[in-house]
Amino acid sequence: AVSATSNPWRSSKSIQLLQKRGFCLGVLPDGVGRNSEAFAQNSKAMEGLISQLQSHINKVLAGGGEEAVKRNRKRNKLLPRERIDKLIDPGSSFLELSQLAGHELYGETLPSGGIITGIGPVHGRLCMFVANDPTVKGGTYYPITVKKHLRAQEIAAQCKLPCIYLVDSGGAFLPKQAEVFPDKDNFGRIFYNQAVMSAEGIPQIALVLGSCTAGGAYIPAMADESVMVKGNATIFLAGPPLVKAATGEEVSAEDLGGASVHCKTSGVSDYFAQDELHGLALGRNIIKNLHMAGKQGAMNGLHNLNPEYKEPLYDVKELRSIAPIDHKQAFDIRSVIARIVDGSEFDEFKKQYGTTLVTGFARIFGQPVGILGNNGILFNESALKGAHFIELCTQRNIPLVFLQNITGFMVGSRSEANGIAKSGAKMVMAVSCAKVPKVTIMVGGSFGAGNYAMCGRAYSPNFLFLWPNAKISVMGGAQAASVLSQIETANKKKQGIQWTEEEQENFKSKITEAYEREGNCYYSTARLWDDGIIDPADTRKIIGFCISASLNRPLEDTKYGVFRM
Amino acid sequence: ESSSHDTKTTSRIEKILIANRGEIACRIMRTAKRLGIRTVAVYSDADRDSLHVKSADEAVHIGPPPARLSYLNGSAIVEAAIRTGAQAIHPGYGFLSESSDFATLCEDKGLTFVGPPASAIRDMGDKSASKRIMGAAGVPLVPGYHGSEQDIELMKSEADKIGYPILIKPTHGGGGKGMRIVQSTNEFVDSFLGAQREAAASFGINTILLEKYITKPRHIEVQIFGDKHGNVLHLYERDCSVQRRHQKIIEEAPAPNVMNDFRSHLGQAAVSAAKAVGYHNAGTVEFIVDTVSGQFYFMEMNTRLQVEHPVTEMIVGQDLVEWQISVANGEPLPINQSQVPLLGHAFEARIYAENVPKGFLPATGVLHHYRPVPVSPTVRVETGVEQGDTVSMHYDPMIAKLVVSGENRAAALVKLKDCLSKFQVAGVPTNIIFLQKLADHRAFESGNVETHFIEHYKDDLFTDPNNLTRAKETYDNARFSATLVAACLCEKEHSAIKSSLPGTNGLLPIWYSHPPFRAHYQASCTMELEWENEYDGSSSKFFTFSITYQSDGNYLIETEEVNSPGLEVKATLLHDQDFRVETDGVSMDVSLSAYSKDKIKHIHLWHGSHHYHFRQKLELDLSDDNEIQQKTNFETALHPPGTVVAPMAGLVVKVLVTDGTKVEEGQPILVLEAMKMEHVVKAPFTGHVHGLQVTAGQQVSDSSPLFSVKGE
Repeated sequence: AVSATSNPWRSSKSIQLLQKRGFCLGVLPDGVGRNSEAFAQNSKAMEGLISQLQSHINKVLAGGGEEAVKRNRKRNKLLPRERIDKLIDPGSSFLELSQLAGHELYGETLPSGGIITGIGPVHGRLCMFVANDPTVKGGTYYPITVKKHLRAQEIAAQCKLPCIYLVDSGGAFLPKQAEVFPDKDNFGRIFYNQAVMSAEGIPQIALVLGSCTAGGAYIPAMADESVMVKGNATIFLAGPPLVKAATGEEVSAEDLGGASVHCKTSGVSDYFAQDELHGLALGRNIIKNLHMAGKQGAMNGLHNLNPEYKEPLYDVKELRSIAPIDHKQAFDIRSVIARIVDGSEFDEFKKQYGTTLVTGFARIFGQPVGILGNNGILFNESALKGAHFIELCTQRNIPLVFLQNITGFMVGSRSEANGIAKSGAKMVMAVSCAKVPKVTIMVGGSFGAGNYAMCGRAYSPNFLFLWPNAKISVMGGAQAASVLSQIETANKKKQGIQWTEEEQENFKSKITEAYEREGNCYYSTARLWDDGIIDPADTRKIIGFCISASLNRPLEDTKYGVFRM
Repeated sequence: ESSSHDTKTTSRIEKILIANRGEIACRIMRTAKRLGIRTVAVYSDADRDSLHVKSADEAVHIGPPPARLSYLNGSAIVEAAIRTGAQAIHPGYGFLSESSDFATLCEDKGLTFVGPPASAIRDMGDKSASKRIMGAAGVPLVPGYHGSEQDIELMKSEADKIGYPILIKPTHGGGGKGMRIVQSTNEFVDSFLGAQREAAASFGINTILLEKYITKPRHIEVQIFGDKHGNVLHLYERDCSVQRRHQKIIEEAPAPNVMNDFRSHLGQAAVSAAKAVGYHNAGTVEFIVDTVSGQFYFMEMNTRLQVEHPVTEMIVGQDLVEWQISVANGEPLPINQSQVPLLGHAFEARIYAENVPKGFLPATGVLHHYRPVPVSPTVRVETGVEQGDTVSMHYDPMIAKLVVSGENRAAALVKLKDCLSKFQVAGVPTNIIFLQKLADHRAFESGNVETHFIEHYKDDLFTDPNNLTRAKETYDNARFSATLVAACLCEKEHSAIKSSLPGTNGLLPIWYSHPPFRAHYQASCTMELEWENEYDGSSSKFFTFSITYQSDGNYLIETEEVNSPGLEVKATLLHDQDFRVETDGVSMDVSLSAYSKDKIKHIHLWHGSHHYHFRQKLELDLSDDNEIQQKTNFETALHPPGTVVAPMAGLVVKVLVTDGTKVEEGQPILVLEAMKMEHVVKAPFTGHVHGLQVTAGQQVSDSSPLFSVKGE
């Protein structure tokens, strides 16, 4: 490929000139009317959403509250985000995941779900961090804590990222044991994942910085290497009270399972740290010494990187002014793409065909990507185009970026007769089987089968993030209310019951309300249906981080199933 | 050998051996090279990698570090000259420069000694003899006793006759070594014995002379030069009054506040002195000027090129080393007295590795950062060291001489201050800040110098812990500097990491973009800096900063202190150690040097006329467990109450008590010697001496425990 900067035709002044003459291939126009009323309204609405998001985030950043934080400091312990700051390379970035997990999920608050996860570089090597927050319910595992832990492990396994567990947890939250302990994707899966990842050569490192009781004891025990901090770290299957109850033996926590016991006698841990900072430094050193572990074939040929990339021509902050809050209003996804890709250059594929799905090639931070973005309802042609484009990208090992703003596939007799189900299935097949890195950003609505075809959560994109205006549900609230009230009307008719207009409206509004609530981005992110809500202005950066993390693994060939023709 | 002897009188010097080290060796080589003369260095084991060795065309190893086994080993040096075919030896200053035996040895072996005739050295080297000769030649002398009879009782009665205060000094040697001022008759014996001991250690001869001590004197010396044809001229005087521990630290030429006819009287007296001993080559006649009476007296003549000769070179526009070589070649002086120009004014500041608050004790260590000011026609830097070199305990701890000149004294002084503030040394404590304070002092500015200048103005020159306004000001400056350090360190760390990334790692660089990304918050870190106030030696202070990476790449730096609002700093790395920082609308250049020593990171910052030194605990300490354990023990046990540590690295020359002795507060316990200076270690308070294990002749390192005193 000819790099953008080496081409004299593409210096920014000449771009504008050529654009005017309509010559310039690939460079997207601005597409934003800064003086329009819509722009102002969208900006204002998004500003409101972002400040709401920020206020939720500020709460979780404070952890488990002033008292708990103070207690933590008294023990010479850092907060989990500070611990990660000390582990990642100085001045480097950290992509935190699902900050609002557990948001309004339980009767009590559970900031960030009691666990901090995310990706950052250590000695130039990307790692997945999983850090208990001991200030939140003693670092115990609620169901959502387990889910977040497992999601981090899933990403690590998918991207082959070494895992660093910063252990400081009281184990499973006992009152909710039924939702935490027994099922497949419950507590036990954490250790299963450790074993399986270790077997695949993905390093599993545990830094025990606090207590690590009962089931939690298996995190360091199952780790490839582990560190314990003198005085603060303890590992035992049963704590002193339980030991006394069971055997009558009276023993202190430190003597039962402190760093000395485990580093000198039991061998449960490998490195003895004098204090927390020392422990974290040892952790960095372990990563330094990983050498090639888990990196077999990491030189994956995926990058055909242009290190001299250009920033987009248009201000990324304007991404905050594009998406309308009202999902009924359409916007051109190209104005989003223009603010995400290098030099705003986007070479569109099948531009005139299936125009409700925009597909094309671009680069993000020099890395080639294939982008699929919605510009309306998916028709037969759009779905076929999408499937075709995905095939192109998998063939060429080009990562896929999905920009979702989709109300669904076209319905109606004509559509059905044209085999919309068949066309949709082709796209879903292509999305499901594509083995290139996939990153999904929901920039607007995500409804029905559109969610599937555009690589929703069920299609295992490597990462999935929401804009604060995103909405997710099987269909729109109004449509659902209408469908359900029709069914209800039919049911009542069978029973010979007539209901008043008012009753019907009441019924409908309850359903609309529920859809509204459950389709909200906070509802989604609290339950980990995504990896977090982002500021639209960060979209380019975050896609860059996601693709960077996803490219950490060897190539895999894509094999498709049977396409219904 | 014989052929070189034969050709000696007819041929000029083509190869010269420099029997010295450090800056003077480098300086002589520079001139020699300019004249096309090949150079030979000699070196001891301690100087194997020194600059003077690297600068020479050839270098010959002459012995182990102690000077008496190397740089004072005349036969080894002569041997080296013969081996390498050098026709001449330049002795520099110090070491063998004023040894008539050495000069004789050179001549005996057919080598040209670049210096005065051996007889003149001998005559002037014996201070008692020289005064007799000078008295005969009509040069005024300070009242005193210069007899060879050294009986202590006789000396004491002579002292009583002259009247106190009395100056005791060795008849041989110089540089203030062994000199003592005695205020009253009952101090006489101790001082006398000490002076004898030091004289013996330094010069091998322990004869002592006594003199009237002039209470408000100036030290003015005249540079003279003679050739082998009987011509002697003077190159004006230098004022070297500003001294500490009897050693010069700032010299200037010409002397300030001196009338022209006084100047010519002085010059004539110096020329007479030189002629009285048949002098040729470079020499300096030192006078003591009684500022009260306006009288000047002959003190001594230094029969060598002096440390401070560059100030004279600056004002007369001549290269004295070139003159030395040409006189040694038998040529007449290039100009006569009336042709000697007087071009403006020059200063020399001697930059020493020393501990100013500990009474200017010599310091040793590695020059982790060394960046002298750039040289120009008006700025000279004479140095014998480079960054990374060690200032060892074996030799003089002078790092460099900074020499500046200007149209007149005021202009030269402006330049001196500027150059001092830009002269960067880190790794060993230096006297630079002290020199800055001296140069800044109003009395110095007006030229009111005298040898007690430092003592007289000590309240201004040393930080007075009771001056709260000044302490607060210094503290605020230090805090501001620490803020800049925090920003620069973050900026530097960032660029270091980014540049160390392997190139083929795909998208990895985006993880190191600036400012670092955080989801919905700004990345921040904390930094603790310990401010080491090198200057007043008071206890160190801690600054704890929280540094937030702003979205525009600036750093918001906040302290925990109340009433100190955060400061936003933009730091741009210009290259390596130089930054441009901008804060509160003002931007400026700063230099930052960081190095690690003993698990501590040392950070030095220079901005404007300030230089601050901070320490940072290396947070992520990776040393193994045992080491850490030891370190912890060491830290807690570092100074149990009553422990006395060595104030400097040195040799124990005398242990005055035995272990377990009951001692009074202030009682001398042992005597340490470093750089040929004695330092008495005293009991900190009354009690019994414990753990006294050092013995005479033992080498101790800086801050090593010597003994402890346990109170009753």
